[in-house]
Amino acid sequence: MAYTLNVNGKALSADVDGDTPLLWTLRDTLGIVGPKYGCGVSACGACTVHIDGQPMRSCSIPTGAVGAAKVTTIEAMAADPVGKKVQQAWMDLDVAQCGYCQPGQIMSATALLAKTPKPTDAQIDAAMSGNICRCATYVRIRAAIKRASGQKEA
Amino acid sequence: MTLHSKILPEANRREVLASVSAAGLTLAFTVAPKANAQTAGVGALNAFVRVAPDGMVTIMAKNPEVGQGIKTMLPMLIAEELDVPWEKVRVEQADNDPKAFGRQFAGGSMATPLHWDELRRVGAVARAMLIQAAATAWNCGPADCATDSGNVIHKPSGKKRTYGSLALACANITPPDPKSLTLKDAKAYRIIGKATPQYDVAKIVTGAPLFGIDVQRPGMLYATYAKAGVFGAKVASADLEAAKTVKGVRKAFVVEGDPNGLFPAGQLGQGLLPGVAVVADTWWAAKKGRDKLKVKWADHPTSSQSTKGFAEQAAQLHAGKPQKNARNDGDVDAALKGAAKTVEAAYAYPFISHATLEPQNCTAEFKDGKLEIWAPTQNPEPGRQLTARTLGIKPEDITIHMIRGGGGFGRRLANDYMVEAAWIARETGAPVKLLWTREDDMAHDQYRPGGFHFLKGGVDAQGNLIALQDHFVTYQVGQGVAPSAGMAANEYPAGFVPNVRYDTSMIPIGIPTGPLRAPGSNALAFVFQSFIDEMAHAAGQDPLAFQLKLLGDKDVVGNPPSRYGAGRMRAVLTAVGEMSGWADRGKLPKGEGLGVAHYYSHQGYFAEVAHVAVATDGAVKVKKVWVACDVGSTIINPHGAINQVQGSVLDGLSAALHQSITIENGAVKERNFTDYRLLRMSESCPVEVKFLKTDFPPTGLGEPALPPAIPALANAIFAASGKRVRSLPITKDMLKA
Repeated sequence: MAYTLNVNGKALSADVDGDTPLLWTLRDTLGIVGPKYGCGVSACGACTVHIDGQPMRSCSIPTGAVGAAKVTTIEAMAADPVGKKVQQAWMDLDVAQCGYCQPGQIMSATALLAKTPKPTDAQIDAAMSGNICRCATYVRIRAAIKRASGQKEA
Repeated sequence: MTLHSKILPEANRREVLASVSAAGLTLAFTVAPKANAQTAGVGALNAFVRVAPDGMVTIMAKNPEVGQGIKTMLPMLIAEELDVPWEKVRVEQADNDPKAFGRQFAGGSMATPLHWDELRRVGAVARAMLIQAAATAWNCGPADCATDSGNVIHKPSGKKRTYGSLALACANITPPDPKSLTLKDAKAYRIIGKATPQYDVAKIVTGAPLFGIDVQRPGMLYATYAKAGVFGAKVASADLEAAKTVKGVRKAFVVEGDPNGLFPAGQLGQGLLPGVAVVADTWWAAKKGRDKLKVKWADHPTSSQSTKGFAEQAAQLHAGKPQKNARNDGDVDAALKGAAKTVEAAYAYPFISHATLEPQNCTAEFKDGKLEIWAPTQNPEPGRQLTARTLGIKPEDITIHMIRGGGGFGRRLANDYMVEAAWIARETGAPVKLLWTREDDMAHDQYRPGGFHFLKGGVDAQGNLIALQDHFVTYQVGQGVAPSAGMAANEYPAGFVPNVRYDTSMIPIGIPTGPLRAPGSNALAFVFQSFIDEMAHAAGQDPLAFQLKLLGDKDVVGNPPSRYGAGRMRAVLTAVGEMSGWADRGKLPKGEGLGVAHYYSHQGYFAEVAHVAVATDGAVKVKKVWVACDVGSTIINPHGAINQVQGSVLDGLSAALHQSITIENGAVKERNFTDYRLLRMSESCPVEVKFLKTDFPPTGLGEPALPPAIPALANAIFAASGKRVRSLPITKDMLKA
């Protein structure tokens, strides 16, 4: 059936089965490919989006369950004051290797900083440990979060 | 223009190289102006360089990008000698085109040593042609001209011409012999050595389409492909009609596969294995259809194989006479008998998976007898050959676009996903994007092979390592050692110990194996560097001092092709000792310790120290790792270089602390990141890196930092807890007080 989703501030219509994970509705039906498929079981975080500002794994949310909630993806982060800062820190420090997990990492980091502007290492660990980086760029992810939050990087 | 690289004889790297470069280790590409490329006023100086009238320079990135930073680093070499500012460079990913670009692959940490000289000369040739064009226009000799940041300058008058205004005139200029040109002095570098963010950094952080999984074609359909858990088992039956009842499913069909698909000749990884394809309007529909197939798989002999069975076979083989002797120096038995102390130990490591975060995928379109492929591959040309052979079409009718891969680690040296996508697309008659599920990806890898080492060592009364014996039980396919399961006869410390015997026995397997980041080395470093640490403790000596002594006092040991720069290793070992405060390790609190290890692979010399804390319940916390390394004279892009080293170290810790692939009934038991864990942020630690610059030509960094990280960790655990790690992965139970 047709669902109207609020994605990045726009009302978008998708004719999909309600059990289709939001990730696949975004990617294959709406052409929003920033959220990535890594595991399909909320274990890697590559598909992280914000649902009403909360970081969530879009691979495990049925499209039919989204309702009127605001879905925000990496594509909208440049227009988000915190997201923009995070993206800039990621570029300044050249965080990525392959880059595949980084949209999800940035979504988790942005949600963290929106709530906790100066996170401690323990808070960074707690907020970021749902996002796997197979290239293990964790040293730079941590440094970039510190930089985006105006803290000393190491 | 050709190059003959000096390659060191690491058995498994040779294997990678043989597969990527059937014609030998030769790069051959053309520096002649590209015919009919003078379109839109853009001058093509050669296959790599185009200059637009506004001075923007397009440089082709010849190799596949999988996160190693090569799309940025190789064009930096060209831009440096071309003398253009990096801001004026547009990097474009090349297609697979070995005639224009030479061999194109990501493997063996080879890109730096293979291209360091050659691509700088490509830039220098283009620069010389621009100078010649200016000299012709000014009616002067080229010696009167210089260049500066995209301009040719007439030295006597100070007149300037932009590269953009000269490029078209280069079509009529014969390129000079690249070898005749003098390259820049390192002091004059403006790009090489400067930390440069990845060219695609803005696309990465904004989620722009970049990866194989993001490829879109008009009219494209999506596919899944179900294969047997037992490698190569055929389809006995499948409910295709049930799959077709799912909304959006267009096709479901059985693929017989290539009878030689499990171990295709001359290929890394697998070819086309039997399976069932489901093609649909969306990937989710294809997956739902596939879940309804209820496939029954035919019996297959591999189903009798298991991890447990392999361990039993290894113990039996160890109890008997070794099948083969690979090296026998001195008299090991006599030396062990006369030793002041001996140690006997059995080491083991498991199969592990590459687990690239982007699962294997490929998009293919078959039209009018021609095949177009968009593949996140590390190794396109062998993929083209495999696909041509399997589909029965000509290689020249296949075009391969190399798409950024979400991680490689050696997984994408194989092209199984490519041949599957090509087959399914031809059967479907529409462009098809094949995407494996995570579960498919974990169950169908060419795994890092496990292995067993039964070691004996002896030290004399002065604490010198005088005898070492290893019975290596590894795996066999056909008549030979399984891919990436070999060990070179000169494996360190052979050549440094007077009495050494290396024996081998093999267990036949039907599990595909292949190179994973630092193949061979990623396991052998753990075994030998841990055992050397055991010998140091047996001798009652400081492990770092023991390692330095073992390296001897010669700068170079052995002759080409197995030269070992012992002096270079001593230097990095000494440096890492200073960085880590090794001498003060006695001041660490109880339950903490430092461990040291070194390893030479991929032409790089690496020494690492790990600092760990081991709790009484056996939990390990890695607090920091220090790395000192020597990869020659120049770090081309420090941004990428440090990232590779830090990532490799943490990748090693991830493997050591978590990863194990279990074979049961011939199939892989692990399914996803829930039971095959990867290191996470909370387990990560700072990694401090120091590059020792030496006079040697620069070499690669994709792999060599990984191998010593694992024994450094294991040796630190011993220092912290007194528990010796002899098998991987490290579990809490092993380390409980």
